[in-house]
Formats: sequence, structure tokens, C-alpha cells
Amino acid sequence: MTIKGKAYVMGAYEHPTRDAPDKTTAQLHAESAKGALEDAGLSFDDVDAYFCAGDAPGFGAMSMIDYMGLRNVRHMDTTETGGSSYLVHVNHAAQAIAAGKCSVALVTLAGRPRNGGNRPGAAGGGRPPQGLSDGAPEAGFESIYGGSTHNTYGMCAMRHMYEYGTTSEQLAWIKVAASHHAQWNEHAFLKNVVTVEEVVSSRMIADPLHLLDCCVVTDGGGAVIVTSPEVARSLKRPKVKLLGAAEAPKVQLGGKLDLTHSGAVWSGPKAFGEAGVTPADIKYASIYDSFTITVLMQLEDLGFCAKGEGGKFVADGNLISGVGKLPFNTDGGGLCNNHPTNRGGITKIIEAVRQLRGEAHPKVQVANCDLALAHGTGGSLGVRHGAATLIMEREG
Amino acid sequence: MSEPQTAREPMTRPLPAPAVTLESKPFFDAAAEGRFLIKRCQACGEAHWYPRTICPFCHSDRTVWEEGSGQGEVYTYSVMRRSPTGPYAIGYVTLDEGPNMLTNFLDVAPEDLKIGLRVKVKFQDTEGGPPVPVFVPA
Repeated sequence: MTIKGKAYVMGAYEHPTRDAPDKTTAQLHAESAKGALEDAGLSFDDVDAYFCAGDAPGFGAMSMIDYMGLRNVRHMDTTETGGSSYLVHVNHAAQAIAAGKCSVALVTLAGRPRNGGNRPGAAGGGRPPQGLSDGAPEAGFESIYGGSTHNTYGMCAMRHMYEYGTTSEQLAWIKVAASHHAQWNEHAFLKNVVTVEEVVSSRMIADPLHLLDCCVVTDGGGAVIVTSPEVARSLKRPKVKLLGAAEAPKVQLGGKLDLTHSGAVWSGPKAFGEAGVTPADIKYASIYDSFTITVLMQLEDLGFCAKGEGGKFVADGNLISGVGKLPFNTDGGGLCNNHPTNRGGITKIIEAVRQLRGEAHPKVQVANCDLALAHGTGGSLGVRHGAATLIMEREG
Repeated sequence: MSEPQTAREPMTRPLPAPAVTLESKPFFDAAAEGRFLIKRCQACGEAHWYPRTICPFCHSDRTVWEEGSGQGEVYTYSVMRRSPTGPYAIGYVTLDEGPNMLTNFLDVAPEDLKIGLRVKVKFQDTEGGPPVPVFVPA
């Protein structure tokens, strides 16, 4: 594949300001975006990909997507290479367009070094006049309220229980399944098998989530290698082929909030569509499991069961390998095995690769595992997050 | 192990100073006077939260401050038990004007907090900054 002739630069706008004592950096990003979109004859709703670097305030691309009300973004990139970032972004945007991942990419830059704005890439910093912040635009309305992962996921669980009658016992089955898998993993942080009763009687951390609804906190790491088909054929390891991949942010969009679903409602169908398979075809699923509720919401959003039916779906061991219909997180997952540096994404890919290679522990290896899904969410389902879905197949 | 909590004890919470930006300064200046402002777009008529200069719905810059009702209902919440200053409730309130906003629910016992509970705004002092909006039972 080449980008030659596959992508066009159709909008361009240079903000007229050279000294902005009266505008925030977030505002300059939005005004620049508006200028480029108007120049192209497009609207914010046409944008399905957003690219920014370290000068964009807040949490990766998420804060600016939220601030600008970009409700149709399904592709993101925050590659940071200093002043050349935006050329890199155009290159990456062209690749994404050539691959059919998006059709309208917005790239923005803005900052206020003359007025004490934050230095790109620095956490805070700068010397804004009158003690004003030029950081994440949402911070003054959010970080004061003591949000943590525990209580913001707790808010999702509380609303899910209210709307769909989901119970703590149903959530507990997710931990029970993970613990059944972790007992066979010699490296698992928690190897003991737990019961539903033990989960729901463990200490309450953030209602309605108990201690055993939470993942482990571990040091560690991981890495993966992605290659071309040619390199794959030259190597000796079993071939794990990518069939589909998609991503999406989920933000608050001016306060129009629905905490009962995650970004998987967008990334899931796109990844399945690209792969040409359905949830019913999946033999093994790695599902991000920062908390039990995380798993339940993503299973619904990915289409493994109907919205609101997640509680019934996960109950009675349905996620246990060799017992239920959808073996998940057979390494013990973040809930029992490993959640290195509070980021469970890479371990989700790694266990899916083990399953497809037939190299999972024999006690949890799924028979004839030729199709697997790995899905992750980052940030908080209760505030703003990015979701990503991978569908992989064993070849040969 | 934390000490068992006295039944039906209203929750309180010391609040840090908010990070105030050029765009949010009018909100916090009004908060210091006990007034709860929201932003509405004159082009599309929609109210949004958190307040910003460009409307997140129609992207017009014709957004204006207006006095909010300060009334709403609990959309969801969670009581954080792992806290050195005692349990506190974080959650979203659906304002009568439409948008949901993140907040703390104070002056209410954990047992009495429910989704759908009517609440009203109250300004709570912060440590060295302007007061911030929290919500209490209406």
C-alpha cells in the first residue's frame, strides 16, 4: 500500500493572532479547527479522525475532542515529535485514509508562550497571568471532586444496576471466572479461586464496587511485534493475522451523557465489519478488566449479548474456559493476574496471541482457538475514555 | 480496616482549589458571589456543561452566560469509602436545563443518596481558591 494519490489536503487555516492574552490554548485549537473546516467547506460533524500533539491540553486527544464537540471521531493519533508532529500527523492521516480507517482528518496546533501558556509536553508548567491555568479545560470542573478509577467506574455500575437491574452477584461472577483462570498461571498476582459470596462480602471500596471487583495493582511490562506478511512468513512462530481493528473516543459532549455504554459500541462493529466475522464466531476474548463492571459493559457493547443482558450473560461461569460459552482473560486478566502500571491493554493482546498459538496453559487453552478478540478501554468509562478493538486469526 | 461508620452521617469533604482558566473565570467569579452560571448558545439554543467559548453542539461562538436554576436530579453516584477524610459521594447531576455535570453530593448520608433524588446547588469553600458547586438534597 502507498499513500500516493490516496489522500488530499483540502483545508488549511493559520490563526491570525500573534499575542493571545484573552484566549485559552483550547480555544485557539478550536478556532483553528473551525477556520480549516470552513476553508474546506466541511463541518465539525464531518470529522472522523483527530490528530494532536503535546501542545493540546488535557488527556491525549480526549480533552480536545470533548472540548470541540467532535462527536464522530473514530480514529485518533497523538504522536509527539516536537515541531514536526503535524507533518507526521498528515503522513499518519494519509495512511489511515488509504487503509479506509477514516475520511476526514483534523490536525490542530495551538499555544500561548507569550502569555504563560503551558509548554508542550510539560505537566502544568508555564506562568499564566493572574494565577490562571491554561491546562485541561475541564480540570476546574472535574478534578476537584475526587474522581478516581474506583468511584468513576462505580458511577457506571450504579447507573447500570438502576437501568437494567444488574446485581453485585452477577458482577462477582466476572471475578470468579478470572480467578478460576489465574489459579493455573504461575505468575498471577492473585492465584486463589474465589466465590461469588467472597466477592460480594469483600470490603466496599466505591459503591457498588467491592475490593474484589477491582483489578490488581502490579509493576511490570510487556511488548508485541507487528510485522508485514512477508516477515511473518520468514519467521518460525505461529502466525497470528490481524483481521480487523478499530478505535473510538467517548467523551461528555457538552453534558449529553450516557454512562451505560462505552466506546466499544463504535469500535466493536467497525472491527467486526472489517474482519467480516460476528461476535458468535469468536472463540476467545480478552476483555479489559480494570473492574468487573468494565467487562460487563464491554461485552454488551461489543455485541456478545444485548444491552442490559450482561449480568445474565456473565453469570454461572459463562466466562470460564471449558465451562462457559465465551472463555475470557484466561491468564487471570487484570482482575487477578497482572495490570502493569495500571494499564491492562498489552496483556490483553498477549493472552489472545497465546490462545491463537495454542500456547495458553493447558487447563485454560480453548480447543481449536482460531479466532480471538482483544478489546481495551483507557481513561475512565465514567468520565472520558478511548476504546480499541482487535480481531485476530490463527493462520495455518 | 477503617472504623465502622456512624449510621446516617451526612457526608462532607474538604475540596481543593479549582484550576481556573480565562474561559472559566466568569463562572468562578460568580460562584464567589453565590451565583450559579451556565452557558447557553444563542445560535442553537442549547445549554452545555462544562462552560466554554465555542458551543460544543453547533460550534457558534455566540455562547452567553446565564443564571442557572441550580436544580436537578441525581443521574448516578458512587460513595468512595477509601478516603482519609471519610466517605464522600461523587456523581453526576442532570441539571433542569439539560446537561449533566460532575459534582460531589454533600450534606446527605450515603444511605439516603439515590438516583433520581432532587438536589440543589450549594457553593462550598475550597482550600485557597474560589468556591465550587456541590449539590445537596433539595
